[in-house]
Amino acid sequence: MTRRLGLVLPILLIIGWEVVAIIVNNPFFLPKLETVIPVLLSPFSDILGTGSLVDNALVSIERVALGFALAGAVAIPVGICMGRFSVLNDFFDVTLEILRPVPPLAWVPLALAWFKIGVVSIVFIIFIGAVFPILLNTVDGVRGVKNTWIEVGTTLGASERQVLTKVILPGAAPTIWTGLRVGFGISWMCVVAAEILPGPTSGLGYLIMYAYNLGQINVIIAGIIVIGLIGLVIDLGFKAVEKRWFGWRGLER
Amino acid sequence: MTLIINDVSRVFTSEKGETIEALSHISFEVKDEEFICILGPSGCGKTTVLRIIAGLESASAGSVSVDGVPVTSPSPKMAMIFQEYSLYPWRTVEENVALGLELKGMKKPNRMAVAKKYLDLVGLIGFEHSYPYELSGGMRQRVAVARALAIDPSILLMDEPFGALDAQTRNRMQHELLRIWEKTKKTILFVTHSVDEAVFLADRIVVLTQRPGSIKEIVTIPSVRPRERTSDEFGQIRRHLLDMIKEESDLIQ
Repeated sequence: MTRRLGLVLPILLIIGWEVVAIIVNNPFFLPKLETVIPVLLSPFSDILGTGSLVDNALVSIERVALGFALAGAVAIPVGICMGRFSVLNDFFDVTLEILRPVPPLAWVPLALAWFKIGVVSIVFIIFIGAVFPILLNTVDGVRGVKNTWIEVGTTLGASERQVLTKVILPGAAPTIWTGLRVGFGISWMCVVAAEILPGPTSGLGYLIMYAYNLGQINVIIAGIIVIGLIGLVIDLGFKAVEKRWFGWRGLER
Repeated sequence: MTLIINDVSRVFTSEKGETIEALSHISFEVKDEEFICILGPSGCGKTTVLRIIAGLESASAGSVSVDGVPVTSPSPKMAMIFQEYSLYPWRTVEENVALGLELKGMKKPNRMAVAKKYLDLVGLIGFEHSYPYELSGGMRQRVAVARALAIDPSILLMDEPFGALDAQTRNRMQHELLRIWEKTKKTILFVTHSVDEAVFLADRIVVLTQRPGSIKEIVTIPSVRPRERTSDEFGQIRRHLLDMIKEESDLIQ
């Protein structure tokens, strides 16, 4: 029922869009539905010489995967240490609080200066976008591990290492997962934004900007829909894992 | 097995830098298969005594030894049962019970067999695959008892294990505990603030004074079991204990 209710607005938006498009009758302002759908329906055919929707989507996904994996590989271990040892937390705290509010795109000029135009710069921006939510959630998750859980482990004979792998990691996992989910969302926004900037010659962000330069608004809209759908599908994946593995969160007793 | 608590004192330093004396010169010996209750007004440090015995905290002066070996960290000869929040919510009941054996590296079929044996002992067959949040408070404490027994310690340390349960469940758990104690021949140290509970369970009751906690008296209870909660004999012991506790509580009012 709730799912169905949620579908009402998208349908109304599509109908409204079509009505406005017919009234405006200007494909450079708002193209009609029937010029966007063919683009979506042929995802493998080349668009304006930039490759197909699928090609560009794969490029963007690959960049996100790189930056995101890098962010996780740095943020999770560092976050665990910070959560475990308050000295480290105090050491990093101020620095993080200053860096965290800086929008990832503010790093673009520096990224270009350091890494030149190319994949490395884009991956760097994605890394910056994803690293903070993953880090902060990991710290929170580790700190949220109940002391009793740790003490039970040690009284049952757990070594330091076993406390980490059998108690702290599983105990913090739901919160870390939330960090990954949020971090991924930001990564996905960052990749598109970074690809829109001058330099890249592939990716969904590049595709829609290129389409703008050629006045192909229908391609822009198709691109936006694809960007939204990919983000949605991956987020659903994160949610499914959360439900399957971390359903216990909030039910500790 | 002999457990010797020898002249244990504990001093804390508060955040303001003041030193607070929590325990003062506690000495007593526990014999094999004995059931000891540690009773005292709230804030007297009875949990601290138990935690020092468990090796979770260290004494500022004095020592604890089991069979002549000083306790400086958690020992496999002792297992602790906490008041609540001690089960791992991401593990099923049997995985919780088998944890101690898993930490020792016992193979899965073997440790699950042991877990099953102890789940049978505490009356939880049929709940092996349930998760802790699916169980009532009493059942969760049964799991905690089974988990402690599974590593086959000689001493069970119990920190107000039934304190969070309703009165009826609490009574039933007291009966169950005595049954398990008689069957497994463990030595039990049981912290409680309930005079009724102590009189119903213990061979001897170590009564602590108001902070800094020291031993006010060690009361020996006639060894008849099962005990009639309403009998005159126990009524008198109970009155004696209540008077002592009241005397101590009045000191800080």
